[in-house]
Amino acid sequence: MNPIVRWFHKLGSPPYFDRFAARWAPWAYGLGLLVMLWGAYGALFVVPADYQQGDSFRILYIHVPSAWMSLFVFGLMAFYAAIALVWRIKLCEILAMACAPIGAGFTLITLATGSIWGKPMWGTWWDWDPRLTTELILLFLYLGVIGLYNAIDDRRAAARAAGLLAIVGVVLLPVIRYSVVWWNSLHQGQTIRLFGESSMDPSMVQPLIWMIVGTKLWFIGALLARARGDNLRRENGKAWVAALATGKETPAR
Amino acid sequence: MTPTDRPAPPLLQARGLRFARNDEPVFGPLDFSVDAGEALLVQGDNGAGKTTLLRVLAGLLRADAGEVDIDGERARAARRSRAIAYLGHLPGLKADLSALENLNFLCGLQGRRRGQVPESAMAIVGLAGYEDTLARQLSAGQKKRLSLARLWLSPAPLWLLDEPYANLDLAGIELVNRMVQAQLRAGGAALVTTHGAYAAPPVRTRLLMLERPILETAA
Amino acid sequence: MIAVLPGLPGAARALMLRDLRLLWRRRGDAFQPALFALLVVVLFALALGGEADTLARVAGAVLWLAVLLAGLLALDTLFRGDAEDGSLEQWMLAPVPLGWLVAVRTFMHWATTALPLLLATPFLAELMHLPRGQLPVLMASLALGTPLLSLLGAVVAALTVGMRRSGILVALLALPLYVPVLVFGAGSVAASAQGLDPIGALLLLGAGLVVALVLAPLAAAAAIRIALN
Repeated sequence: MNPIVRWFHKLGSPPYFDRFAARWAPWAYGLGLLVMLWGAYGALFVVPADYQQGDSFRILYIHVPSAWMSLFVFGLMAFYAAIALVWRIKLCEILAMACAPIGAGFTLITLATGSIWGKPMWGTWWDWDPRLTTELILLFLYLGVIGLYNAIDDRRAAARAAGLLAIVGVVLLPVIRYSVVWWNSLHQGQTIRLFGESSMDPSMVQPLIWMIVGTKLWFIGALLARARGDNLRRENGKAWVAALATGKETPAR
Repeated sequence: MTPTDRPAPPLLQARGLRFARNDEPVFGPLDFSVDAGEALLVQGDNGAGKTTLLRVLAGLLRADAGEVDIDGERARAARRSRAIAYLGHLPGLKADLSALENLNFLCGLQGRRRGQVPESAMAIVGLAGYEDTLARQLSAGQKKRLSLARLWLSPAPLWLLDEPYANLDLAGIELVNRMVQAQLRAGGAALVTTHGAYAAPPVRTRLLMLERPILETAA
Repeated sequence: MIAVLPGLPGAARALMLRDLRLLWRRRGDAFQPALFALLVVVLFALALGGEADTLARVAGAVLWLAVLLAGLLALDTLFRGDAEDGSLEQWMLAPVPLGWLVAVRTFMHWATTALPLLLATPFLAELMHLPRGQLPVLMASLALGTPLLSLLGAVVAALTVGMRRSGILVALLALPLYVPVLVFGAGSVAASAQGLDPIGALLLLGAGLVVALVLAPLAAAAAIRIALN
């Protein structure tokens, strides 16, 4: 069997996944933090001020990566959920459900930073901008998945139900986005776009790339940590968990 | 040319059947078979997994591992639903409909054995005269008899009966036994769960004992 | 064993007959969604002040919301009764696909809860002083939108079918799915109010309905199997 496929099978074993996650989560967190600090430095001090928006545009460097991650994580969650539903792999159920709170967090950050960014331009904390409205509905989708997962007692059935909801959500998300854009054009005509007409100057792009990479790494760390926690909770009572808790050595590899 | 003496495949065959809930094993791995004309008695204490086993065989739950064959072929949904009739804890009757209306609906949904009509089935189970009584007004025992009437009308050869004697008086217990006998004589089979050996169909039976969490099969 | 087995039409006929009988036994319940929509309209009128101009400007949106919320409340009765008495189990054991039964049931539910709403809408439109020209668009958007809401709602109802008190969770799950329908439905009325052609929005609703007719029963059937685990 292909070594990659073999590794995937091994990863599905709860004790192996626990060791894998315990080993790599701190690295992902640490590296992500470093990269984000580097990107933040570039965003705050290196990039020149925008001639239209002044310094307030700098929040874009948090807003855009968060928005991208909020959508990406939802797609990833639906992907894991699809695998979990078709092949009934427990690890994919755990990964899918671990994605939900992290994705919701990114959505909240997107909404908050979007609101802060918009205040100087709109004059209010909230203008029903199509992008932000779609993010708000995405937040409700995330909360729905989390709520459904917590409402069912049987953990595996709960993960499958919430996973099905995530798949339905990801299919409807483009429709929702299109409908909100249409709605906005119907009722308000042109709004002041957060992004502005001009494309970004190359000098502004670099810190953005760093921030995107950094948030990805951070996400990987958070996902592994959360999944590890859920994995341990589910395997509660097994011998290997007890050995881990009492500090006995588990054989490496 | 002598006819080859090949035995017919068992009506139901389970191999390596396993089920867990919340990572707690409920039963498994189980290997057993039920031939046409025989009854398999599934015994065990409360919580041993009898109901879950029947629900897995009926197709309401998906087993974590193992296969179920019906008439020698893998049991896909369509084949399974045509071959199996399930009598569970919930009667599946609409309270606002009369007994006859309930039977007519269930026959329309699941099919009807040729030569049987709801009225005659009701007479067989001792509910003649209750055709127009709303299901809401029937007693628990009468509801059970109505479910038995539905079972009698079902064209499926394999019966999965979960605690069929519950809620029934002595005459009702007799009725269940007679029905199972008739079904077996017609070439069908039955899987019956009971708590203990206080009531069992007087036919050729095998015994499947479920114990938590280790299980054993006895012929 | 020789048998009389139902095909898809036979099973559908049996289920429709059953639902019509059940509706007849509880005739009074059929008016509840319409009554709720009337309450919503009255509350909006009280909150906004009864002035004809104010009401007329928001009439299309308020009427759409009244119908949507009434439908959301009625969603509870879609599968709950059948789940509680074990009928859903019998559906799962039937030799017809569960998705087909879900589709027929959803259609009957729509016919018994949303159709009375549709019939009440012209009357409610009068209460809200809806401009006469917008009424046909409103009716068309509701005729296309309410079945779509029922189908999407069926998926949500199926996901929560086993739960005891699921009130706010159902609303939370349904809201993101309802957004496109509400936007295009109420939006078509708003477009016609602005003098624009509402046909684009109505066609989108129609297209969504066609897709949902195929996909929603499948998703709901999968959800029922998961929920009745």
